[in-house]
Amino acid sequence: MKPYLPTGTVYGTLLNFRAEWDALSPHMHAAPYKAPPEAPILYVKTANTFTPHGAPIALPAGVAQVEVGATIGLVMGGSGQVAGCVLMNDLSIPHTSFYRPPVKYKCLDGFLGIGAALRTDGADPASFSLEVRIDGQTCQRADFSELVRPPAQLLADVADFMTLRAGDVLMLGCNAGRPLARAGQRVDIVAPGFEVLSNALVGGQP
Amino acid sequence: MKRARVIHQGVTHDATERDGRLLLASGEAVEFDAVTWLPPLAPTPRARTILALGLNYADHAKELAFSKAPEEPLVFVKGEGALIGHRQFTRRPAQVQFMHYECELAVVIGRTAKKVRRADAWDFIGGYTVANDYAIRDYLENWYRPNLRVKNRDTCTPLGPFLVDAADVPDPMNLALRTTVNGAVTQSGNTRDMVFDLPFLIEYFSSFMTLSPGDLILTGTPDGVVDCRHGDVVVTEIEHVGALVNTIQEESPTP
Repeated sequence: MKPYLPTGTVYGTLLNFRAEWDALSPHMHAAPYKAPPEAPILYVKTANTFTPHGAPIALPAGVAQVEVGATIGLVMGGSGQVAGCVLMNDLSIPHTSFYRPPVKYKCLDGFLGIGAALRTDGADPASFSLEVRIDGQTCQRADFSELVRPPAQLLADVADFMTLRAGDVLMLGCNAGRPLARAGQRVDIVAPGFEVLSNALVGGQP
Repeated sequence: MKRARVIHQGVTHDATERDGRLLLASGEAVEFDAVTWLPPLAPTPRARTILALGLNYADHAKELAFSKAPEEPLVFVKGEGALIGHRQFTRRPAQVQFMHYECELAVVIGRTAKKVRRADAWDFIGGYTVANDYAIRDYLENWYRPNLRVKNRDTCTPLGPFLVDAADVPDPMNLALRTTVNGAVTQSGNTRDMVFDLPFLIEYFSSFMTLSPGDLILTGTPDGVVDCRHGDVVVTEIEHVGALVNTIQEESPTP
């Protein structure tokens, strides 16, 4: 069977893990943010980022390490319903400001590892958990019961301003403490009920 | 050639403009007002990448109270669900204070573009169309600004009417842009005043992200944005490219 790849637009969600929110909270009232976000803060992972499970991801020359954003994406069916869930490895060039859209940090070729298959058993995404292993060593855990907006609320708050179409994907967010990985390492995202998502990072062409 | 994508009698057609009418791929010629206009773009195998520039005209950057033009492109990304065609309706939420159009030259990528050099950039442009990149300033937040609640709303990015082949636009960096609201000119500018011109943008984006045929770059808007209200007819027009007509429709207040 061919591995799953998204047919629609993939959206990510910033600050949707409570630990991630709490870590940034002391700075939210300062410039340039001046206030905590009110509505969900989303970004897009463009189609050039899509990498299937098992395929290598090339880091560009000059990028020594990347931040691993392990998450679960809700894959939309028709009329706002969730058709399935999929593991995703949302890579970023490390950055500390969330003031401007993160295109140059997140939309590089290959920077989204995508699980091979959808989980379609209808389980509540709030019951999911995952862990990140780099070269087999566990570096981070995430429990999707610890979201600022639980999946149903996130869907409703996003639907308030835009329609998620059939095939679009909404990623639930990444936990605080995102690990760094470098070329030559293998990143596995392991979650009960899902097939492992594994991608090797390789050195990019100069 | 000017290409359109329209629904006629319930069927989606590719069409071209001929003598003020639409020649459907079936061979039938129909009037402009006999069809529903879609964005003038062929479907893409994967999600279309839609990049949009902020603050890419020095005068607009000044208008928005930024002290100087940006040193690198300010870019955000839209989903295809935000797009609608020519002569359609854009929804204005009830009780917002400031919703404005943005007349923008939209570049349609014609060939796969990866690490393109500035000198070669023109070869990767398939054509041009007009975008109206509406913004609702009430929803601006300083997180990934401009945030998607401002810029990725359903119906809020009209595009069209036509995709004009690149060969038919003589000097893309010298095109007059103009917006009228109910017939009165409210915005005018010229693409020569872009902070980052088209070759720069293609070189810049393709340096880290491969662009595919059908991807879009909305290149920013000049000075002169005003609030638009229910029933306003907004025409965003670019010389040699087209005049995109859109009407504002206010939503009923939620009870």
